[in-house]
Amino acid sequence: MRGGSGTVPPVSDLAETNTDPPALDEHGESPYAGARRPDRAYRLPGQGVELQVYEWGDPDAPPMLLMHGGFDFARTFDVFGPLIAAAGWRVVTWDQRGHGHSEHAALYSWDGDMRDTLAVFDHVAPGRPIPVVGHSKGGALMTQLADAQPHRFRCLVNMDGIPYKRNIPDVAEKERTTMLAKDLAGWLDHRRRTRDASRRPGTLDELATRRGRMNPRLSHDWLRRLVTTGGYESDDGWRWRIDPSLRFGGFGPWRPEWMLMRLPGLPMPFLGVLGSEMEEMGWGTPPEKVMPYMPMDGRCEILDDVGHFVHIEQPERVSALVLDFLGAPS
Amino acid sequence: MTSKSGTAATVTLRHNKVDLALHLLRPEPLDPATPGRPLLLLHGLGDRSPHGVPDWVSSWPGVIAALDFTGHGASTVPAGGGYSAETLMADADHALAYLTDADPERSITVLGRGLGAYIALQIAGARATQVHGAILTDGPGLAGGPTGPSSQSVFSLETNGASPDPYALVELGRDLRPGDYAVSFVGLANAASPASIPISVASSFRPKWLTAVADAPGVAETTIADALASYA
Repeated sequence: MRGGSGTVPPVSDLAETNTDPPALDEHGESPYAGARRPDRAYRLPGQGVELQVYEWGDPDAPPMLLMHGGFDFARTFDVFGPLIAAAGWRVVTWDQRGHGHSEHAALYSWDGDMRDTLAVFDHVAPGRPIPVVGHSKGGALMTQLADAQPHRFRCLVNMDGIPYKRNIPDVAEKERTTMLAKDLAGWLDHRRRTRDASRRPGTLDELATRRGRMNPRLSHDWLRRLVTTGGYESDDGWRWRIDPSLRFGGFGPWRPEWMLMRLPGLPMPFLGVLGSEMEEMGWGTPPEKVMPYMPMDGRCEILDDVGHFVHIEQPERVSALVLDFLGAPS
Repeated sequence: MTSKSGTAATVTLRHNKVDLALHLLRPEPLDPATPGRPLLLLHGLGDRSPHGVPDWVSSWPGVIAALDFTGHGASTVPAGGGYSAETLMADADHALAYLTDADPERSITVLGRGLGAYIALQIAGARATQVHGAILTDGPGLAGGPTGPSSQSVFSLETNGASPDPYALVELGRDLRPGDYAVSFVGLANAASPASIPISVASSFRPKWLTAVADAPGVAETTIADALASYA
């Protein structure tokens, strides 16, 4: 495994772009306007799973946490994180287990993720509440954790991480049973292959293009940066670092509306930032459905013509919203 | 990899990063001329597979195997927890693949105790064409957790790699088991199982999820002995 070669990929790999892509920088990362590498990076033992932690900003500044979404990684905050840090915060984020540079675990669950999150809390701000911002699954998980351990949260921002309900197809019961059977069999077949599984390789641009199918609203240049910060290059091409045993989607007893039930009771100031445009990696939540569940000290901003990755599509606008909500660093 | 312990041989199955111990309690059928299908035993929470063929299944004519779930018995105790019933269902699926030589035309019968009963139900639905009957019986972890959202606790535990994993005991002891979720596996089994009555409830204790299952069409309330006889 080696980092980016620093060379420009051949023209044949640029089928999806009309201009020459930027050359990789001295760190083997594809540059992107406004993106900045973290100021610090280190390993944290966690609770049995080692986590990769990143920080932007003055290490002595008041800390706040950023949590990424499922199938993302901490470096997806390379534009957003520095904007928050520039306002005087020590921004701390990490790769969740199995994602980015954190250790691949044997088991994955929300309990495991919440436990890992507490390890970061205890490292950054033991015994005192701090501001927290979570995107997508990170927002949902932090909302659940805020309900379980409110004493850790000075305030909470949930960026497009409010599940509403499962998209149950409007079909006959028999057909729904068939679909469930297919989903279950597919998942079990995948689990049978995990022993020897590896991510499908490709050129840098192929991976960016592939990722773009899930992130159609994000630019190819940004997706190239994602490949170089969340992937690695080996002899047969680039691969995503995420644990091959992880698979998008899933099933289980948990209902999205159960997370919604925890919202009204949150005792800390709460800001929801939702995009109005539905995307595949999003929760499919119609923003207006969430409004009745806002906590007493909470509000929701709905961003028109913005998709699931609100902080990547509109980093200045969303960071301004968040910074106004957080108030002066303290 | 196979090892012998007493009279039972143990096969190691690799499920992702976990080595699962599948104990072949009776590696050959009673009568090779009529081999029947294998019976897979699934233990309860915090328990482990029996060392030999238990008396209450000795009437089974075919191969008898018993699986140690992840974090239990001789199977790997992974670091960091993160258990779910669905992951254990995938453990059971690995045993199913081994016992059928991954042949989709072949089937097994499953008997689960406690937590193992819940997993037996799940695999009976998820691999319905290959599970000829699931017997759900009493055992540790039968109740599971709540049927809906409840107050939560998040904490870390001191672990030393010893089995059973304390994280397994906590996380699988409080896993969500809504009745309709459990019954969905009955529906799947009814739709595709080769057995006419694919699920048999042979327990005295009936937590809510099991009551919902027992009340569902296609489910028999019976004894272990009668269920084994009907599926053999």
